[in-house]
Amino acid sequence: MNYLADVGALARKDLLLELRAKETVPAMLLFVLSTLTVFHFALPRGTGHVAALGLLWVALVFTALLGLTRAFVPEREQGLMDALVLAPADRSAIWLAKVLAVLAFLGLAEVVALPAFAAFFSGIDGRTVAAVALADVGICAVGTLTGAMAVAGRARELILPLLFLPLAIPVVVGGVGASAGAGGRYLGFLVLYDAVFGLLAWASFEYVVSET
Amino acid sequence: MLSARNLSKRFGVKRVFDRVDVSVVAGDFLLVTGPNGSGKTTLLRVLAGLAAPTGGELELPPRESIGYLGHEPLVYRELTPLENLQLFGRLYRVPERRERIGMLLERFGLWDVRHDRVGTFSRGMQQRLGLCRVLLHEPSLLVLDEPFNALDAAGAELLDETLTELSARALVVATHDPERVEHLATDRLAFA
Repeated sequence: MNYLADVGALARKDLLLELRAKETVPAMLLFVLSTLTVFHFALPRGTGHVAALGLLWVALVFTALLGLTRAFVPEREQGLMDALVLAPADRSAIWLAKVLAVLAFLGLAEVVALPAFAAFFSGIDGRTVAAVALADVGICAVGTLTGAMAVAGRARELILPLLFLPLAIPVVVGGVGASAGAGGRYLGFLVLYDAVFGLLAWASFEYVVSET
Repeated sequence: MLSARNLSKRFGVKRVFDRVDVSVVAGDFLLVTGPNGSGKTTLLRVLAGLAAPTGGELELPPRESIGYLGHEPLVYRELTPLENLQLFGRLYRVPERRERIGMLLERFGLWDVRHDRVGTFSRGMQQRLGLCRVLLHEPSLLVLDEPFNALDAAGAELLDETLTELSARALVVATHDPERVEHLATDRLAFA
């Protein structure tokens, strides 16, 4: 009970910070819309639906990366990770709260991005929406862990994409596979990815943020 | 309470401090002094459990018993004092949170600005809020790094009074202004 209340308090804090600073979500929205616009004009006429779907996934992964880059900015700039890790609450609650907050930001960006994709390219079916939702969970789980690792390093702007993008490759494979037609099998793959990497990230966050 | 023997810390080949012995129990006030870059902050981070020593033995009380104030006040600038203290009160399982937060905000002169964003505060007011955060869960060991930083005369006097009241607890304080707390110190550690 205490654990969930801690997660709730920390996630509420992250949402409140974004509501007031308005830095992450507007940037993600602008980025994903700009990217889809560029793809719309860059792709030759008559490009197939599957190729367009591939570009949608590229846009979504890099939009998520933008959000993840900002995820630990308040803690990094104000040294607040010290205050959070000193608290007797379970440290994985910090990770889970961040995942929920980034998930909310990414979800908001996608609420705009998916209709924009449908307008620019072609319609989106239920399988693609399900794949995007499942991929979001994995992206946020793994990305928040790598974001925390990057915060501790010096070249953090470089480290996050270098750590995150290789781990996001299976998500893109699953996402493109599910939305391009071979639905069930790839959706199952995304569920498996979420479960395995979510559990690993949850269990290892403690070691990432503590030096002692 | 807090015991360290032969404590050392290195960053790569750079030695920060070596063979430091510290023993602090309830009622002790360890005053840590030394010039900039002498290792005071690193030692305090080790003693608060935020950094691992490279060598030696270290016994720390549980996390909920430690109150740490670093160079930064460690509060969210986009939140209000009330929201900051409610968050940390929740994480530290502070009983009767509302009353405790109200009392601390009153005491440190922040009650009237409790709904204002911390980012609009002066550095001194942020430091006062940082002290509220540290005292919120009534820790039995306080590790304070330059607690007088940015405080005006009234704030410094208030902190003097607070430290005197806390003399039954274990305190480790690093400062550039040792005269201010010299009378409270029961032990001293000077870095060269």
